[in-house]
Amino acid sequence: MTEKLKAVHYLNQFFGQIGGEDRAGVEPLLTKGPVGPGFLFQELLGPEVEIVATVICGDNYFAEHIDLATENLLAMIESCKPDMLMAGPAFNAGRYGIACGTVCRATIERMNIPAVTGMYKENPGVELFRKTVHIVETKATTVGMREAAEKMSRLAMKLIKCEPLGSPKEEGYFLRGIRRNYFAAETGAIRAVSMLLQKLKTEPFVTEYPMPVFDRVMPLPPVDQLNKATVALVTSGGIVPRGNPDRLESSSATKYGRYDISDLQRLTPESYETAHGGYDPTYANADPNRVLPLDVMRDLERKGAIGKLYPSYYATVGNGTAVAKARLFAVEIVKDLIRDGVRAVIITST
Amino acid sequence: MLLELGYIQIEDIAWGRKTMIEGNILQINREELIRKTRGKDTRISSIAAELAKPGESVRIIPVKDVIEPRVKIDGKGGIFPGLISGVESVGTGRTHVFRGCSVVTAGQVVGFQEGLIDMSGPGARYSCFSGLLNIVLVIDVKQGISGHEHEEALRLAGLRAAVYLGEACRNAEPAQVNRFEVYRHSDPQKDIADLPGVVYLYMLLSQGLLHDTYLYGRNVKDLLPTLISPTEVMDGAIVSGNCVSACDKNTTYHHQNNPIIRELLRRDGIDLRFLGIVVSNANVTLQDKMRSAEYAVKLVELLGADGVVISKEGFGNPDADVIMYCARLEKKGVRTVIITDEFAGGDGASQSLADVTPHADAVVSTGNANERISLPAMNKVIGDIRIVEKIAGGQSGILCRNGIEVEIQAITGATNELGFECLSAREE
Repeated sequence: MTEKLKAVHYLNQFFGQIGGEDRAGVEPLLTKGPVGPGFLFQELLGPEVEIVATVICGDNYFAEHIDLATENLLAMIESCKPDMLMAGPAFNAGRYGIACGTVCRATIERMNIPAVTGMYKENPGVELFRKTVHIVETKATTVGMREAAEKMSRLAMKLIKCEPLGSPKEEGYFLRGIRRNYFAAETGAIRAVSMLLQKLKTEPFVTEYPMPVFDRVMPLPPVDQLNKATVALVTSGGIVPRGNPDRLESSSATKYGRYDISDLQRLTPESYETAHGGYDPTYANADPNRVLPLDVMRDLERKGAIGKLYPSYYATVGNGTAVAKARLFAVEIVKDLIRDGVRAVIITST
Repeated sequence: MLLELGYIQIEDIAWGRKTMIEGNILQINREELIRKTRGKDTRISSIAAELAKPGESVRIIPVKDVIEPRVKIDGKGGIFPGLISGVESVGTGRTHVFRGCSVVTAGQVVGFQEGLIDMSGPGARYSCFSGLLNIVLVIDVKQGISGHEHEEALRLAGLRAAVYLGEACRNAEPAQVNRFEVYRHSDPQKDIADLPGVVYLYMLLSQGLLHDTYLYGRNVKDLLPTLISPTEVMDGAIVSGNCVSACDKNTTYHHQNNPIIRELLRRDGIDLRFLGIVVSNANVTLQDKMRSAEYAVKLVELLGADGVVISKEGFGNPDADVIMYCARLEKKGVRTVIITDEFAGGDGASQSLADVTPHADAVVSTGNANERISLPAMNKVIGDIRIVEKIAGGQSGILCRNGIEVEIQAITGATNELGFECLSAREE
């Protein structure tokens, strides 16, 4: 009887059944056999494969020690001598997605074995890793667990057996930025005339080669006479009046808030908190000035380093929020700021 | 301008006593073909003639040009004006087309970027010429003549061969006659004023150094962009002198059968108004590029176009030209579609074009020319297989006993940017 193929599964502290956000600082560890969703993967991968071990790391620990965590996790994975790695799926969890992508990429590059993960399309890990790692598209939440596990398992089996893959759409993974030839149903000339007519009629059409355009913001020269300038604060760190009156979403924000701070010298934990669901809120809630530095800005205002602080601040949640949405927010916010003569903005993220 | 093309479908080709068509078989007197091909050109040292048919285990390499035999039956001018016949305007009357066959010129390589045609195997899928009955002329020239003389000798020899075959079969009856005419937009019978006006911007490679194209016998390198009737192109007014980039050069056959012109004529008066063709060039200096772009865009505006199809020829340097045309037109509110191939690297992971603009939001891709393909050995090679190590898309050491491995850019016409083929590329 041939030996079974060996797989290792990577999970965060939550799916690894260690604990919730309070245990997000847990260091990398290795357990034998499948854990949590690993049992589903074991069932789907079938008798040819055995999940020999699960490696687990807390999301915060990973985010704060990316290099060290990756090294330690990779050493654990290597010690199992696996034939493949499964990671996640991470759904729409940004830190978890980045961890899955990082571990998969390191495994592929250094061990030269297949690694597959799964994420929701707005997970920041998708853009960071889709070109180097096969990332299966999942739903935003664990509702999509079985579907994701099925696609990931099928894809992993094909990769490990070196079977030809179908198109990304057929296999369910994100486009990898690879240009590949195929024979279309019609000649290029016929496609070109059809595309032109669609474009002229303003009907939807799909270009066959999207231009590689990068959204670059050219830095402006330093602000002239900052001691006379009005400066505004904007944050994607989710700082809102306590109770979150505008109901900013904790992830994939669809809105932003504008809040008056004209009478305040600093933010207090009694009156302000974060609505952000993507990081440990302990320190932000203990002192909201850590994310929205009102206290420091008032100091600068008093010293005359800046002219004055704009009387309101803007906040949204940058957790899995689509770039297109963020751009819309920016367009609206910038209108206010320019109208009111603001000449500099400090933007804080988390 | 009304042109009738009468199609005589050639089902087979064979050597025979007299050059003629008998029962859809083109019989050719081999000696006479060679004599007529040579003409009075003393630069030519030898000519061999071979036949290559679809499905045969035959590789033709290196391919200089491909030409469709035609004969002028009625109307002004002759085939290949300015080169073989006089300079009267063509594109009216009747021309007979010998469909399904072609003249292929081969022999000593002229430029290092010529390609191959496989008559069977996996490479055959990439070139329309693999599906034709090919009369291949292997032409060698005397030592010591320049590259430009060499190119001209082969170019004219190929045209003479195609004209000879057409003349010899002048009496053949076409099974089908198609009429081509740009729709008379003043025709009161049809109200087509609401249809969008479309111009075709036809970019011809003209970089010198064997990257040239001829319009009525004139090298378009010195051309200011100009207007041409669709039927003139169909009647042989544009001839290839391009020895560069097999996959995306336009052979004379491609010009004669330009598929964009066909498609625009087919839809003229139905869902668009075909306003005309602007022929332009692709030169090497920035000033020449800008001059042509400015002038061509102005002509498109004068024609009152709502939209333009832009075809490219070649890759790399001409990317700058096509992007200039596109960006200038779009800024003036004229909508564009570009047809281009891609050079995205063997792994498909690189940027495909040397120049880009956000205005180019409608692009038709005719494939990644860097993608590699294994071509099995063929029983017969017409030409010189050793050249495969030198042509673009080939590399030293790729010539192995069992076949060759090349980029598809080595296959003549594989990523033709007139959109002749179905090949495309997509992101995976």
